[in-house]
Amino acid sequence: MSETETADLEQFRAETRAWLEANCPPEMRKPATSDADVFWGGRNTKFASEPQRIWFERMRDKGWTVPDWPKEYGGGGLSAAEHKVLRAEMAKIGARPPLSSFGIWMLGPALLKYGNEAQKKEHLPKIAAGLIRWCQGYSEPNAGSDLASLQTRAESDGDDFVITGSKIWTSYANYADWIFCLVRTDPAAKKHDGISFILFDMTSKGVTTKPILLISGYSPFCETFFDGVRVPKSHVVGTVNRGWDVAKYLLQHERAMISGMGERGVGRPLGQIAADSVGSDTQGRLDDSMLRGRIASFDVDEAALAACAERAVDLAKAGQAHPAFSSAMKYYGTELNKRRYEILMSAGGVDALEWESERSRQGARPRAWLRTKANSIEGGTTEVMLGIVAKRILDLPGA
Amino acid sequence: MALVLTEEQSMLRDSARGLISDKAPVSHLRSLRDAKDPTGFSKELWHSFAEMGFAGLLVPEEFGGSGLGFMEAGIIMEEIGRTLMPSPFLATSVVAASALNLGGNAAQKSEFLPKISNGSLLATLAIDEGAKHRPLQTSLQAVRAGNGFKLSGAKALVVDGHVADLSIVAARTAGSAGEREGLTLFLVNPKAKGVAIERTIMVDAHNAARIELANVEVTADSVLGEVDQGAALLDGVLDIGRGAVAAEMVGLSDEVFNRTVEYLKNRKQFGKLIGEFQALQHRAAELYVDIEITRAAIIKALQALDADVTKAASAVAVAKARAGTTATRAVQEGVQMHGGMGMTDQFDIGFFMKRARVCEELFGDANYHTEQLARARGY
Repeated sequence: MSETETADLEQFRAETRAWLEANCPPEMRKPATSDADVFWGGRNTKFASEPQRIWFERMRDKGWTVPDWPKEYGGGGLSAAEHKVLRAEMAKIGARPPLSSFGIWMLGPALLKYGNEAQKKEHLPKIAAGLIRWCQGYSEPNAGSDLASLQTRAESDGDDFVITGSKIWTSYANYADWIFCLVRTDPAAKKHDGISFILFDMTSKGVTTKPILLISGYSPFCETFFDGVRVPKSHVVGTVNRGWDVAKYLLQHERAMISGMGERGVGRPLGQIAADSVGSDTQGRLDDSMLRGRIASFDVDEAALAACAERAVDLAKAGQAHPAFSSAMKYYGTELNKRRYEILMSAGGVDALEWESERSRQGARPRAWLRTKANSIEGGTTEVMLGIVAKRILDLPGA
Repeated sequence: MALVLTEEQSMLRDSARGLISDKAPVSHLRSLRDAKDPTGFSKELWHSFAEMGFAGLLVPEEFGGSGLGFMEAGIIMEEIGRTLMPSPFLATSVVAASALNLGGNAAQKSEFLPKISNGSLLATLAIDEGAKHRPLQTSLQAVRAGNGFKLSGAKALVVDGHVADLSIVAARTAGSAGEREGLTLFLVNPKAKGVAIERTIMVDAHNAARIELANVEVTADSVLGEVDQGAALLDGVLDIGRGAVAAEMVGLSDEVFNRTVEYLKNRKQFGKLIGEFQALQHRAAELYVDIEITRAAIIKALQALDADVTKAASAVAVAKARAGTTATRAVQEGVQMHGGMGMTDQFDIGFFMKRARVCEELFGDANYHTEQLARARGY
């Protein structure tokens, strides 16, 4: 980096820090403690609080809901280096993301790479402004880890496709406005070759959703049914029958998102949270030496993973990243997050077992603990991730 | 600072790799071991290191060095780890040079640093006394005598202690074992009266010694840094050493891993390449991820040291702890996946296992550094 670039970046850092200081409400500088603290956007959305609205609108107006997207599509137009600075400065004050959405994390990057100009102009600004909430139609009852065996049919009928079939584990389908969906457009082709990636409105005739009750007692996922849903062919992203390319590219982003789901480096150290319930000895050490050791090992691994996540971004910027590396991060990040919650449950002891009470915020901790068990399943299981690393990065033999 | 190598750093890595893989593959260590070489490393290679500016890598240019940073030192250490080359680089060029850089007065720097840079002086740090690395437990006594001090006590695992021309000895001038106050570093001539050196042949066939000091007289000029206040200097020097050893360990881990993956791609059993078995694929993949995460943690620590040695402790603790668990896993999987061949002396893989074990103890093992992180985080 040249001296001018470094100086410019430092100026950007100073300006960003000042702007965040002036504009991020204090309430938005604490970790989110429930799903209501997360703003997802969409047609039917409501803000949980006034600070949430203010924070979102200020960030949106700067294009910082999607800081690195081009300005013409509602983004902030930041360079990779500037984006890193913004993230670091936000992390420094504990600022929450102003908008969370599958549109930002998954569809957006895929549209930027594979979408045509009309599709980008139509969808990206609405994602950036939080106007449309998206869901992902990938898995089916008989196509989980073996995603490419999906059977939802899209039959050609003039200018439209007519879509029939069902999806499962569609996150927040019951709240979503639109869906990005994998459908089979050529049943005769080999399984990876007959798939298309298509977008449609969830209010289309023939779409129904049914929430699935999970072990956490929540229903973040749905079954989604399509009964002759008519979708214009212009809604296909990329080439018809080449949707698997788009799907894989999007999955890399999904995996990067899931691997970052753990609350890394924010809030109080896990050991101090544990001390609240377990207590400390006269030297200030957690009064459960085995648990203390587990926590300390966790902290080592968590700090190392954070460095690796930072490095992955730097490698990508330098053009040295392996495209399958997000699978490596997804595997490790999700297993680590499960460890975190096993520790939290162990530290919480009896108090962490309450399921329905004000005291326990309706069992927030045990429900979150159970929720984390899906981390290593959704977006590709740990076993699928390890298989991808073995074959694509290590080049080990076999199918 | 981006966690990737700059162009200059890539060039440095390439030239170090070229020299080391050419002149000191694992067979180099093997022949030194088998010949029971009394020096335990190649003086000719050390001369090449000096010529390439590696011996004085961390030494400021005014003292004839290259004036580079810990990130660069880590790059060399990683390459050393790949072939297990026995080299004075760690003890002399990283640890002792840093101690002199950070704690030395003008006279001490100008006496020793130019000689380190030109390869004519070997130096080391004598710190450990018990079975485990516990710097604050230092109890080697230094009592005032006339204008100077008299040193008495024993040190173990003194890297290159059998060949060093200068030993930097951690001693207690006040207080008692376990206390931060009262530690002092001394520059000791190993040829001085009262110094007894026993070369220890270690499991890894690298170089170390036990040193005993019996009323060894040193002058007041031999104090490095301040009397009784050596703990802070020692923290910095040790953290630099830890970062460097961690880098060696990730190089070692990566090399074992690469050799093991190659083996999985060539060894056939049950009519298949064993690398086709999912049980082995997944273990290999897990190990790969472990190594990549550890590598990032080490780069982070080396950059933190470059930014401010006094503020790098937590990053270094993470790096050395991860380096320990990762290397231990890598060498064990390496031997296991090589099957019976991995157990033979003829196969190189065992050398890596032995070196990893020594590196793990050097400057604190994974348990030690995990404990340090817990304390730093207040639980």
